Amino acid sequence: MSASVPVKINENLIREVSESKSEPEWMLDIRLKALKAFRASSLPDFMPVKFRERIRFDELAYYVRATDGPVQDWEDVPEYIRKTLEGLGIQEAEQKYLAGLTVQVESESVYQSFQEQLQKQGVIFTDLDTGVREYPSIVRRYFSKITPPESNIFAALNTALWSGGVFLYVPAGVEVKFPLQSYFRINRPNLGQLEHTVIVLEEGASVHYIEGCSAPIYSKVDLHAGAVEAFVGPGATLKFTTIQNWSHNVLNIGNKRAVAMDDSFVDWVDANMGAGLNMKYPTVVLSGPGARAQTLSLSMASEGQLHDTGARMIHLAPHTSSTITSKSVVKQGGASVFRGKVKVEIGADHVRARSKCDSLILDDEARSDTVPSLQVLQDNADVGHEATVSKLGQDQLFYLMSRGLTEEEATFTVVNGFVADFIKTLPMEYALEMNRLIELEMKGAQG
Amino acid sequence: MKPLLEIKDLHAQVEGQEILKGINLAMDDGQVHAVMGRNGSGKSTLANVLMGSPFYEVTQGQVLFKGRDITNEDTTTRARMGMFLGFQYPVELAGVRVYEFLKTLHRNKTGEDIKPAEFRAYLSDIMSTLDMEPDVLGRGLNEGFSGGEKKKLEVLQLLLLQPELAILDETDSGLDVDALRTVSWGIRKAVERGSKVLIITHYTRILDYLSPDRVHVLLNGRIVASDGPDLAQKIDDQGYEWLGGAQ
Repeated sequence: MSASVPVKINENLIREVSESKSEPEWMLDIRLKALKAFRASSLPDFMPVKFRERIRFDELAYYVRATDGPVQDWEDVPEYIRKTLEGLGIQEAEQKYLAGLTVQVESESVYQSFQEQLQKQGVIFTDLDTGVREYPSIVRRYFSKITPPESNIFAALNTALWSGGVFLYVPAGVEVKFPLQSYFRINRPNLGQLEHTVIVLEEGASVHYIEGCSAPIYSKVDLHAGAVEAFVGPGATLKFTTIQNWSHNVLNIGNKRAVAMDDSFVDWVDANMGAGLNMKYPTVVLSGPGARAQTLSLSMASEGQLHDTGARMIHLAPHTSSTITSKSVVKQGGASVFRGKVKVEIGADHVRARSKCDSLILDDEARSDTVPSLQVLQDNADVGHEATVSKLGQDQLFYLMSRGLTEEEATFTVVNGFVADFIKTLPMEYALEMNRLIELEMKGAQG
Repeated sequence: MKPLLEIKDLHAQVEGQEILKGINLAMDDGQVHAVMGRNGSGKSTLANVLMGSPFYEVTQGQVLFKGRDITNEDTTTRARMGMFLGFQYPVELAGVRVYEFLKTLHRNKTGEDIKPAEFRAYLSDIMSTLDMEPDVLGRGLNEGFSGGEKKKLEVLQLLLLQPELAILDETDSGLDVDALRTVSWGIRKAVERGSKVLIITHYTRILDYLSPDRVHVLLNGRIVASDGPDLAQKIDDQGYEWLGGAQ
């Protein structure tokens, strides 16, 4: 930890990381190949200068080595986060926070009984390092195949230097009845900077996986570039929920991709409350006939935040369908960009795809843009995009205030209504905490 | 005793155009006052200005509620002092569930968190009397509501909040005969429980149900006549022409 000297991202570093984990040769090879891709790529064109300038790759490497993440001092935690944690009623927030736990951590015994149940069903739910060691035949088949390092510079960086993350395998026909949550595996609040998660669902399997938590998480680390690769076998169902609430110094750039086989269903729910910059576009490649996919994303951006989010649906097979729904709320100079892409490849007959983004702008300083892209190479596709932008209406506020609500309560009520469809998709305890969090956000505790 | 509501030489404008040109009106005695007038006479403006609407600018005059000058108070303060506005066109609030919204109003009013079962039973009684479908509770506030459903939801809120003064802006407009009777029943119920009502209307038909104690006629931004219930009858028979201000 004391060696806080910046380290160059080079072959030596990668060998060192791989060796410290006693990785097999094939993983080292993938990492080294990714390094080449990293060197050959550059930052995306649309990334604003003020954020580009903050990405200094050579300063990242230090954290890759520190397996436990940076030590946190409560005094270093920004006040708005402390206030929000208190507002969420997190008891003894300080102690738990420093211990690397969050309010949502269940007791060890609950976790144990879950694990026993999972084992009986043949479900593997472990960290990816263990996955590489103990289940190489499965991991090797999918790792870096769904999100190859050539995809973009952050995918390359992640593949070259990944550390931490989850491996989840659900055998054919197995239905996991309760949501699996990342914090069961990683009892630190996702401090991993370059996490890599691999999820494999065999034919007819189903699972709901949740990562992150709604309580804000302070990270000293500026760049977080995680990757998720999911293989969803024929007839399988994957629901993947992300709730992201990093502190505002974080640049959060994710690569999340799923391959959906015949008649499978991928349901991607992505909530972004925190981070200064968010660039996340959950992607589903609809590879098998009859596959279905939907993404539902929510972003709330306040002062200094840019949420450049959206989704990508790549239709390779006939009779596939997809829905993209994006909701964003911006206030106090926050900005959101919806970057959605629907592509229908030649040969993908009878595709149906819908894309919809709604923005709610709370004041004159905030802004919201949409950059939809529809590429349809096959005729007989039914593809559509619609966007709505609404400003918080004086008439709405007047109506609610005439019933005795304060302006703040009235604003919260309108926002709550706007995000209601999203909240509905969350499990109860998350929904409650999310509502509370939005209320705090409106009261400026997070501002 | 101070009048519940006193309006003194009230002027208000929207986008530079003066709509209210010196309103004088006092609600001192009687439970139900009616403000009548043609379209465009300033009736709705008056209702909205009394509630502190951000869409109008008061340029002169005063509004006193329970003896206190509220001309510069915001809408929330007026509501919490005991004023209520039943809207002519209630806004739609997508995703804001009626049940949760009503529960918030109840909590604000009583300071208590009522048990869901108890609250549902309470609402269920009022709603069946108002001939409202139970599924309204699960819908977004006024979202896709018919005109009648919106007005009934206003009356439901009136009964829930039981304000000291309810200003009802054309609560009768766009209602069929059955809905009119139902809505009138709700308003009478509020009056029985102690609310005073200032009903703003174009037609006299709702007044048959509400029997106002005083009728005020608004023409071209001014009150041109104030009298007992007979005034409504006279307007019904003879129209507004005899009051002058022909247009």
